Amino acid sequence: MNDMTPVAKLTIKDWESDQEVRWCPGCGDYAILKAVQRTLVDLGSDPAKTMFVSGIGCSSRFPYYMASYGFHTIHGRAPAVATGIKLANPELDIWLVTGDGDGLSIGGNHTMHLLRRNLNCQIMLFNNEIYGLTKGQYSPTSRQGTQSPSTPLGSVDRPASPCAFALGAGARFVARGFDVSKNLPEVLKAAHAHQGAAFVEIFQNCIVYNKDVFEDFAAPKGAEDRQLWLKNGEPMVFAKGTKGIALDHATLRLKVVDVVAKDDGTPDHQAAGVITHDVTNRSVAHMLVELEFGPFPMALGVIYDDPKPTYEGEVLAQDEVARTGKNTDLARLLAKGQTWTVSPQDQGPLSGV
Amino acid sequence: MATVLADKTQVADSVVVRFAGDSGDGMQLTGGQFTLSTALSGNDLATFPDFPAEIRAPQGTLFGVSAFQINFGSTEITTAGDQPDVLVAMNPAGLKMNVGALKTGGLIIADSGEFTTRNLDKAKYAANPLEDGSLAKWTLLAFDISALTLEAVKPFGLGNKEALRCKNMWTLGLALWMFDRDRQPLIDWLKGKFAKNPVLADANIAALNAGHAYGETAEIGGQVRQQHIPPVASEPGLYRTITGAEAISLGLVAGAQLSGLKMFFGGYPITPASAILHYLAKLKEFGVTTFQAEDEIAAIASAIGASYAGQLGVTSSSGPGIALKGEAMGLAIMTELPLVIVNSQRGGPSTGLPTKTEQSDLYQAVYGRNGDAPMPVIAAASPGDAFECAIEACRLAVQFMTPVMLLTDGYIANAAEPWKVPDPATFTPFPVSFLDAANGEGGKILPYKRDANGVRPWIKPGTPGLMHRIGGIEKAIDTGDLDYAPATHAAQTEARKAKIDGIAAHIPPQAVSQGSAGAKLAVVGWGSTYGPIHQAVKRARARGLDVAHIHIRHIWPMPANLGDLLKGYGKILVPEMNTGQLKTVLRDQFLVDAKPLNKVSGQPFTIAEIEAAIEGALA
Repeated sequence: MNDMTPVAKLTIKDWESDQEVRWCPGCGDYAILKAVQRTLVDLGSDPAKTMFVSGIGCSSRFPYYMASYGFHTIHGRAPAVATGIKLANPELDIWLVTGDGDGLSIGGNHTMHLLRRNLNCQIMLFNNEIYGLTKGQYSPTSRQGTQSPSTPLGSVDRPASPCAFALGAGARFVARGFDVSKNLPEVLKAAHAHQGAAFVEIFQNCIVYNKDVFEDFAAPKGAEDRQLWLKNGEPMVFAKGTKGIALDHATLRLKVVDVVAKDDGTPDHQAAGVITHDVTNRSVAHMLVELEFGPFPMALGVIYDDPKPTYEGEVLAQDEVARTGKNTDLARLLAKGQTWTVSPQDQGPLSGV
Repeated sequence: MATVLADKTQVADSVVVRFAGDSGDGMQLTGGQFTLSTALSGNDLATFPDFPAEIRAPQGTLFGVSAFQINFGSTEITTAGDQPDVLVAMNPAGLKMNVGALKTGGLIIADSGEFTTRNLDKAKYAANPLEDGSLAKWTLLAFDISALTLEAVKPFGLGNKEALRCKNMWTLGLALWMFDRDRQPLIDWLKGKFAKNPVLADANIAALNAGHAYGETAEIGGQVRQQHIPPVASEPGLYRTITGAEAISLGLVAGAQLSGLKMFFGGYPITPASAILHYLAKLKEFGVTTFQAEDEIAAIASAIGASYAGQLGVTSSSGPGIALKGEAMGLAIMTELPLVIVNSQRGGPSTGLPTKTEQSDLYQAVYGRNGDAPMPVIAAASPGDAFECAIEACRLAVQFMTPVMLLTDGYIANAAEPWKVPDPATFTPFPVSFLDAANGEGGKILPYKRDANGVRPWIKPGTPGLMHRIGGIEKAIDTGDLDYAPATHAAQTEARKAKIDGIAAHIPPQAVSQGSAGAKLAVVGWGSTYGPIHQAVKRARARGLDVAHIHIRHIWPMPANLGDLLKGYGKILVPEMNTGQLKTVLRDQFLVDAKPLNKVSGQPFTIAEIEAAIEGALA
């Protein structure tokens, strides 16, 4: 997110720390780790200026595996720690790593306020719809009826939608990707390019406690029919361009429409009423994050991107104004207010002691 | 103490005045301004603001009473005084809640205009106490302050409600006359306060002058004489009044400067700690960034983040908020980052008594975290002492890479005392250095390599070539790599403990503040009990009792000589505003027979209470 001095071209290897990676074999986290390292190589980032901050959970082990600065904090509090780091040193490029439990349950409050304040950082929320590190309890994003050690009869509560939550909290950048997607680095680069809090939900496969829960849209086979990759300024189409997303003007809801070819063989998006994706359209963003998978494909990519001034930028600018031209003599500060002087001739015998 | 009514005596050593009225009557403001004029006339003083938790409790009710007590005199004053000599009661509820404390023969000044049937009912008086003789053991002076105020401000055309708001200034005018105080600073202050509304300024000044004139024109008759309290003999120098909250804020600013760091303050609103956040928010030019976080946890977590990034992280709260910060304190202990945590204690548990004072968080400060999580704890004894304690907390935090808890309480935070303005040139700096190159063999980065004091280096993120990872999980010796092997955890637990224990060698030895080592009785205190213990011991010693006063600033680790010192006394008495927390720690640490003297009413000790306990112990 910050302009960085280009350093000698690094490779993925340069971004790997010397620590042994301790996720379960086959965990989606491995793919995300590679995608992030690829992204940083492509961005030409400087490891000394790059900072990973995490909470607690499987995903939050992430900083240990990056050859940058890293802070593995406590459960749910990474956004608050990151806020202090960024206000103290706005030069650092901060990547927050959290999960559905860490970021939306115990730390939901901090996630909300970080987004509302618009701290300049990337938030990667690994959503596997389960508590992995504590051995498989249902999470705030688990679907209703999820059977787990703590919900043997199936979970009763309705799940939270991370992207809808982020938008509701005032996020100015919301995107989605999934662990093994080849598009993930592009999504992360867009998040990095956004000045402000950039929220990225990354669907992540927990192969031990919630295996293949995203398979219905993430499986390579038939992916074109189930994934809607959004691109700014381009029509919202999927299924190899044969279907699109349009607005039903009577109900003000989105609908799936067939795209037919014009006489010249090119698709006639206009006739079908297909919406052109505008990342600054907040109303459409709200509809996209609420799209029900099944009747609709899964909306992926950059859903919303409309920057506003960053929190640390405004705070530090305000501090700067408050400091300009002010006397910073401590002696003067200590003697502020109404004072009086006791001169030696006033001094009688001291009482006490 | 001489009473105001002492016949024909025009000079008194010290006087205790309590202003009591409705929380909407402006009692705290009246008290604050009286304090200022008292300080300016050169008296030593101590104050005790006592107000309800509700901002605007229903008018006239007993629980809505707000009081402000000031003890001032020409001798050394260290407490707000046991029993008032004068009670100014602005309504029946204020009288009812406070008259019991008034010294026999003391003076009651009451606003008879407020003693209406309705207000008497609200205060649960069956009959008007001004008329039924029930106040016979005191001297009563009742007149219609409300009517006199309305008359005084009539020319300014205020509405009835606004006009009555000037009552506190009328009363203050009378009080200023009674104690021969200059009105000018008050007049200047009113002009400044109401600069945008000169009519209100003039009305308030008129009320102030009318109250003063009322005293002067002897309409009060012979009952009250004007008192002159001569200035106290104090060390030459420049003085100001200071509250604990101001002193802590200034001490933190000084501490940050002495360490050469910028300060980051993360806070969340809570009574009585918010005053520190408010004060620091106005001091940005001193390199202070203040952050009002979404909750107590975020307040400390953001301060930890700032410390990690190379600033001096500070957070502040009161008991319930400190409880919420507990896990994050553990993170600061585990990652070994400097941090100052200010706890302005109040009555607990849970919400407890938000506006009342107590010292019941000592266990929480010393022991209240998961795991073996030692942390230095310092306690301020008075508003002025809080300044030095804040600097000391900053010093220990950065020199030993550790969170430090600074204990103060609601009494210290709100109370004011004259403070000799220190000269910053006399402070000893403790500059911080950050690691700027690899510290291990072969260019290896060792974030947890300890020095002779067991202290790890401070590494700022952003430093080229020193990339490393830290966290709350157990870590290998030197490298800090994730490692929870049994031997590693045992060794690191010991290392963290040894580092904190070792601080005992870097703090001043415990001094005896009054009396001699080896006396028959030591009264051992900490925190805001300093004033009453000091006076009680002084009086007992004046009567020939062999008693000493020891006041502990460094609660954890304790000064290295403290055990031997305590063992030299015949008996040990520990007065505390809790059920015996320091007493337990002293017994545990030194196997001494420390006896408790406890008070948990939300009010400070009186001198008499401690004096009685001293006599009892030596009987």
